[in-house]
Amino acid sequence: MHSIPGRRLILSLFLVFLLLPIYWLVNMSFKTNHEIVSTMTLWPHQPTIANYVRIFTDESWYSGYINSLKYVVINTVISISVALPAAYAFSRYRFLGDKHLFFWLLSNRMAPAAVYALPFFNLYSAISLFDTPWAVALAHCIFNVPLAVWILEGFVSGVPREIDETAFLDGYSFPRFFLKILVPLIASGIGVAAFFCFMFSWVELLLARTLTSVDAKPISAVMTRTVSAAGMDWGLLAAAGVLTIIPGALVIWFVRNYIARGFALGRV
Amino acid sequence: MDKTINQKAWFLVLPVFLVVAFSAVLPLMTVVNYSMQDTFGNNQFFWNGVGWFKELLDPSTDLGGRFLASLGRNLFFSAMILAIEVPLGIVVALSMPRQGWSVAACLVIMALPLLIPWNVVGTIWQIFGRPDIGLLGYVLNNIGIDYNYVSNDFDAWATVIVMDVWHWTSLVALLCYAGLKSIPDAYYQAAQIDGASRWAVFTAIQLPKMNRVLLIAVLLRFMDSFMIYTEPFVVTGGGPGNSTTFVSIELVKIALGQFDLGKAAALSLVYNLIIIIVCWVFYTVMTNAGADRPISKGVA
Repeated sequence: MHSIPGRRLILSLFLVFLLLPIYWLVNMSFKTNHEIVSTMTLWPHQPTIANYVRIFTDESWYSGYINSLKYVVINTVISISVALPAAYAFSRYRFLGDKHLFFWLLSNRMAPAAVYALPFFNLYSAISLFDTPWAVALAHCIFNVPLAVWILEGFVSGVPREIDETAFLDGYSFPRFFLKILVPLIASGIGVAAFFCFMFSWVELLLARTLTSVDAKPISAVMTRTVSAAGMDWGLLAAAGVLTIIPGALVIWFVRNYIARGFALGRV
Repeated sequence: MDKTINQKAWFLVLPVFLVVAFSAVLPLMTVVNYSMQDTFGNNQFFWNGVGWFKELLDPSTDLGGRFLASLGRNLFFSAMILAIEVPLGIVVALSMPRQGWSVAACLVIMALPLLIPWNVVGTIWQIFGRPDIGLLGYVLNNIGIDYNYVSNDFDAWATVIVMDVWHWTSLVALLCYAGLKSIPDAYYQAAQIDGASRWAVFTAIQLPKMNRVLLIAVLLRFMDSFMIYTEPFVVTGGGPGNSTTFVSIELVKIALGQFDLGKAAALSLVYNLIIIIVCWVFYTVMTNAGADRPISKGVA
């Protein structure tokens, strides 16, 4: 009753529309540049993994991935650890300015990165964090901390407050209750929040590129520089692109039921 | 849930407050500072009062012309995005299966574009749309449509919009799907007994139940399309000419390209103000709709 006529056709067309460009990227990553430029082939006729080999052996390429992973991991750890107590506070208590604070967090999640690019550049240069993973990790907190607070708040609210009260009656101190009882209870929520912090930090380019130059250059910035004297190295670019999709594709199965929730800031 | 009033909760919120204050308030204060000054380099600054803001809102000046033109383009882009993605997302959500392994498969495939780094989204469409090496460009040109997103304004716009539809329609669909799943079967059974048409089911049951998720979807899609930077930058670089230069692209050009601190700061403030106002309107509507509690737990 809840479906509409022709739903199979609509859905199939939509899924093909989603997959076709991704297939094309994967397809190109297994081709030689000669094949890419000279003929139009729907699948690689001379499949090669040379593009991938080049990325895994050339330091300027694989260090990009390592740099990206560094700031993404630092950011996820900071975001989750500051957001956890705040999520508990928002879920259990009312306090002065709580609604305003919540709105302030929302407005930061929505703030355009372009607005912050220049002031961040000045700020992190001034405290000599420029071109380190820390600069990017802290910069990404601006949208990831609110996100983590909002997602975790939903999960903490799912824990009945009788559990808190019983624990306090049993003589648990607050930190001990928090770590021994609450955190294990919302472990899956922490996993989901960590996944989304990871993803949002992973997909961002503008701040990551602005706050790094040489030592901490992320993969997204390395990718924008594949133009060489010999022209574009399309195969290499495609292979690098495919590799950036892999972390998300690996974990997505486990969080598939939480995707809407994560993107909707825990509001669904 | 009834919450107790406890001001000590501030201690729990303090870490978040400090981190966000450090990364949001501090930079914004330097922006306010710059927006009132002019610089000729060498760290020499001159007081300029509200001069930049006057220029910004006056279309006859260079800065104002560029800002208002990019703002217009950006609003048009956001309007197009909402007009396409919201109805399409609803249709896709209504087409999704309700149970079985195909649900999981759909969810995973649909989430894939959402998790691709934004510059790679740009790269994918840059490659896909090229007439020489991309499937889309090749096919379009071979069936007689002269398509080239590098040189033709209309093609560049079409590419940027189709790319965004590809990137984000899944989000709208997933949100609507979550709203649809929370409707109890009893509603549909009642509708069947009443002999309601499919359209009546949609307007009387499904749409009202999706109200809240749609609000969130519109908010997210408006905000993210209003501050879009990376994807069009990679595909078109803001061109041809300035035809796909949105506000963020213009701002980065002024701030990091020309290092025109005063102008960039003034533009940033006005840009941010628009965002905050829109955000506030949505937040108020959402809170008034009694939307501060999740409707379903753990269901996508």
